[in-house]
Amino acid sequence: MITVDHLTKAYGSFRAVDDVSFVCHRGRVTGFLGPNGAGKTTTMRVMVGLTPPTSGRVTIGGLDYAAIPNPGRHVGVLLDASAQHGGRTGREILTLGALAMGLPSARVDEMLALVGLTDNEAKRRLRNYSLGMKQRLGIAHALLGDPEVLILDEPANGLDPAGIRWMRGLLKSYADRGGTVLLSSHLLNEVELIADEMILIGHGRIVAQGDKKSLLAGAQGAATSLAMSLDNTALATELARRGHLVDPVGEGLRVNAATEVVGRAALDAGVVLTDLRSGGVGLEDLFLELTSATARDGAGAVPPPPPPPSHGVHVPPTPNMPPVDSPVTPPGGHR
Amino acid sequence: MSTTAASPTLDVSGTRPIPFWRLVRVELRKSYDTRAGFWLLFTIGLLVALVEIALLLAVLIQEEPVAVSDFSIVAAFITSILLPVLGILLVTQEWSQRTGMVTFAIEPRRIRVVLSKLVVGILLTLLTTVFVFVLGVVLTLVCEVVQPDLTSWDYDWRFVVAFTIGQSLTMVVGFALAALLLNTPGAIVLFFVYWWGLSLILAAVAGIFPQFIDVIPWINFQVALGPLYEWELDRAEELAQILTSGTLWIGIPLGFGLWRILTAELK
Repeated sequence: MITVDHLTKAYGSFRAVDDVSFVCHRGRVTGFLGPNGAGKTTTMRVMVGLTPPTSGRVTIGGLDYAAIPNPGRHVGVLLDASAQHGGRTGREILTLGALAMGLPSARVDEMLALVGLTDNEAKRRLRNYSLGMKQRLGIAHALLGDPEVLILDEPANGLDPAGIRWMRGLLKSYADRGGTVLLSSHLLNEVELIADEMILIGHGRIVAQGDKKSLLAGAQGAATSLAMSLDNTALATELARRGHLVDPVGEGLRVNAATEVVGRAALDAGVVLTDLRSGGVGLEDLFLELTSATARDGAGAVPPPPPPPSHGVHVPPTPNMPPVDSPVTPPGGHR
Repeated sequence: MSTTAASPTLDVSGTRPIPFWRLVRVELRKSYDTRAGFWLLFTIGLLVALVEIALLLAVLIQEEPVAVSDFSIVAAFITSILLPVLGILLVTQEWSQRTGMVTFAIEPRRIRVVLSKLVVGILLTLLTTVFVFVLGVVLTLVCEVVQPDLTSWDYDWRFVVAFTIGQSLTMVVGFALAALLLNTPGAIVLFFVYWWGLSLILAAVAGIFPQFIDVIPWINFQVALGPLYEWELDRAEELAQILTSGTLWIGIPLGFGLWRILTAELK
């Protein structure tokens, strides 16, 4: 339904969006993921004609956005929930939208009810709204014209956990009814549960796309296991001897190898395993892996996490005894 | 991806474009549904009423002669400063409050939005003019009752027309400067420079080079509008002066401003 075709947007020599192509399908939720400054918002702004592209084009249902008559009736847009006049009430903002799109004022009440803004809240001025309330209002505004396509930039930003769950349900049922949803986020877990397809973007370029399964399958050699044993040190040494990467995690070990390999190593080392399961590749690892190389200013204030040591770590996983031979990680810098 | 060709199309056959009058309605509502907008309109009304009543009191106390048109001439001092500010806010609000992202997503043909704002500016100018004249007539009636001999109902419809056109053009100057700068304080400052500073600067230059005095009406739109207010716009030269100075203060900024608005990136 949404087709992005070799889209490039350059600011001087900086390419905010660099030859990006993807398609969002009807009846599906497409997650648009990337770190801050990766080009998600720019891409979405080009979609709705707010930013002229340098080259390439975006069509929605085969049309340029500007060629869609009364576009609010076909494409619901939420780019920035704060980009509203702070002095208008929530109800007034929706009323203006309904007036422009030619909708009855009853639609405003319907949308307020749908996003769970009470009458009292709707009467307050936007500048007194919390970010979560602004997001709800923004979603209400996007849904006003009962569009077939939704384009939402960071809609979960500022929503509380219950709000995120509510939005997930809302968008899911919207897509199930045949709608097309594109939503962006820099937080993977917001999108992971709801998106049927994911586009991963970093530094203006698409680094991966597909559904969750195919994305994970694409991450070769990234299988990990989580193991706990009565003697983690011995197990770690044995695994390292066999050439696997071992990381102490909590009370156990994370090993870059399949569970079977870990089991055999434990058997040979004569160590009793108390817990062994596949860590899978969290999508998050994949996400970080794919975008870290392209993340904006990786060398910012917080140093990047140290690369995994090439040899096994022979340290019992005691949190307050950092290994001497590995760089000190700032608190919270490592999980 | 491979499914591009099979991608479904949007059925827009049943959707009519947003009619222009509806955009005007929306923009009109946006001009008074915020505190800034409401109080600006309220202030225009209040100040017009205050100066006209002040004139009434002065006239009655000092037993001066008064004509119905005097009231609107006094009010013009207020409206010709505040109406341009109104024109400025109509445009710059979309940028200062970033509502342009929503406005231009709802109507991507930006020129229609700008035109609807211009129409709203002119509508509000007309409304203000009506208020100015109706209040003037009411206050003249008071004078008529109190001092009938000193009150004149000399009334020239051409004056009303000239007043309305002049006020509208002054509002449009503000609108044009706002489109050029897309910034509320900047546009207001620039307008006041135009309104007060320009005459002073040009007068100073003319003080040094006396022959420059003939050039002033070709540059200063306010001076060029003088014959219009007096309804003595009967020479081709005067019309040409309005055209050149109008191009300078409306045409050029509005042209550049429109180009900016139509091509700007909204963030």
